[in-house]
Amino acid sequence: MNRDIKSVSELIAENHSKRSLLKFTENAVPRFLLVCAIISILTTIGIVFTLLFETFTFFKTVSFVEFITSKEWHPMHSSPNFGILPLVTGTLLVTAIAITVAIPIGLGAAIYLSEYASDKMRRVIKPVLEVLAGVPTIVYGFFALTFVTPLLRQFVPDLSIYNALSPGIVVGIMIIPMIASLSEDAMSSVPNSIRQGAYALGATKLEVAIKVVLPAALSGVIASFVLAMSRAIGETMIVTVAGGANPTTAIDVTSAIQTMTAYIVQVSLGDATYGSTVYYSIYAVGMTLFVFTLVMNILAFFISRKFREEY
Amino acid sequence: MEVIKQNQMVKNIPTRLLKNKFFTVLFLLATLTGLLVLAILLYRIFSQGIGYINWDFLTSFASRRPSDAGIKAAIYGTVWMMGVTAPIAFTLGVGTALYLEEYASKNLVTKIIQMNISNLAGVPSIVFGLLGLTLFVRGLGLDRSVLAGGLTMALLILPIIVVASQEAIRAVPKELKEASFGMGATKWQTIRRVVLPVAIPGILTGNILALSRAIGETAPLIMIGALTYIAFVPENLMSQFTVMPIQIFNWTGRPQEEFQFVAAAGIIVLLAMLLIMNSIAVLIRNKFQKRY
Repeated sequence: MNRDIKSVSELIAENHSKRSLLKFTENAVPRFLLVCAIISILTTIGIVFTLLFETFTFFKTVSFVEFITSKEWHPMHSSPNFGILPLVTGTLLVTAIAITVAIPIGLGAAIYLSEYASDKMRRVIKPVLEVLAGVPTIVYGFFALTFVTPLLRQFVPDLSIYNALSPGIVVGIMIIPMIASLSEDAMSSVPNSIRQGAYALGATKLEVAIKVVLPAALSGVIASFVLAMSRAIGETMIVTVAGGANPTTAIDVTSAIQTMTAYIVQVSLGDATYGSTVYYSIYAVGMTLFVFTLVMNILAFFISRKFREEY
Repeated sequence: MEVIKQNQMVKNIPTRLLKNKFFTVLFLLATLTGLLVLAILLYRIFSQGIGYINWDFLTSFASRRPSDAGIKAAIYGTVWMMGVTAPIAFTLGVGTALYLEEYASKNLVTKIIQMNISNLAGVPSIVFGLLGLTLFVRGLGLDRSVLAGGLTMALLILPIIVVASQEAIRAVPKELKEASFGMGATKWQTIRRVVLPVAIPGILTGNILALSRAIGETAPLIMIGALTYIAFVPENLMSQFTVMPIQIFNWTGRPQEEFQFVAAAGIIVLLAMLLIMNSIAVLIRNKFQKRY
């Protein structure tokens, strides 16, 4: 710090002359900062309450039992039907594809970075991988629609323009850095003495990685899977652009689907009248989405906390 | 205890080594997959969009004819929105981080605030959109204005800023603070003259990265209704607006194929802006980071 450095006596004199002002700031500053902290709490409460209130209004017109058991989601129909299952199916289908893509690739990259790569290489590759996570999701959506879907059509001829497969794969690519980075952190923190013990017994690098390091880092690795899944469930733009708007419980990756997030966007794009059942339905869907991701996040926290191995 | 079967062991070694080699290649391939996709993505977008980038594209408004379409309204909208988001998110985020790190006693309330913040970071952005729609657009009657959008975005990036700032503040060595207290400085004097100057590069880096996240976000702004045909720049905080990702989303949805290239051109502008912001963040980190 090359600012004017004061001597102790000067500081004391200054404090003395401005005692009342000092007392005021010393009291006021923490209060102001506390207000900042409280706002962050209010945000959470705000989210939960707006969702709850509007969801409650929704359930005045639609029965809760229908919402969670019906397999039909036709909100715009003349005789509308509100069963969340098709939207949940679509969401989980995309998430399943994404996770299938991201776990092997992300974990492989994590093992490579933590066990094989030199320090120098890791310092180059990790930030570049993180660029993948920083690409705006609308860009991924555009990529899925204009590149991945046409590419997949060469192999799967009956793939429709909007389908579950293409956004699923692209969401998977988006969450690779999350799995790779978090798993690498977990594996790097496994102490070296354990590795060296295994090498001394004649294990190969692969055996050390798979049979020693991975089990030791398992809680962190699984937590990274769960967090990545939560991210995939909440992902919006990729599935909106490339997934279509066809809520269905059929598990068919080649045809159009609709996820919870894509439905919310669809309604906000159209002119759902304020106060209509369709308008309130986005809150019920949002609530479901919130509960899903909250459970996942708490689960990940719990896994990495409780099952951590201590050395 | 069983004696090691030496013959069996020797026989196993070639297979084990082969497996080791095979998986080394596999792991390397997994690492390269991500990088390869990134390369393809960038190549595709640049080859599609670069032909559409020119001065006219940057300075004209959206149009129904692809050849006339421009991104001016979206660039101005983004800048306006950032003008609202940045100061609010910065003040609240750094304030919360300072409170949690320097003032809060380790009690239940602090624990709840801390858990809340990490939970907020995991809430999908579209849920923040629902909050913005209810609270700012309908509740406070701000309508589809720059102010409503900026406030929503500020709340969205708040948890990221808090966590990054907390880490920066925590990294300030204790000795510096103790020296300051030892010289008779009060708590706030110590924070303002010792802690903050040391922590500010880390705080700024976190803030810029969070802002670049906000620039790329689309879903919450669609929720609050920023997707309309806009051919003007915002004049005040209550003006309607559009931002770059939304303009791109809009072009992506057009049936004419030519709009795909316009969308790609828009993406290039968006990525360029993000790249500049990230470079600034890295620059700050490298230039001002001192070791104590």
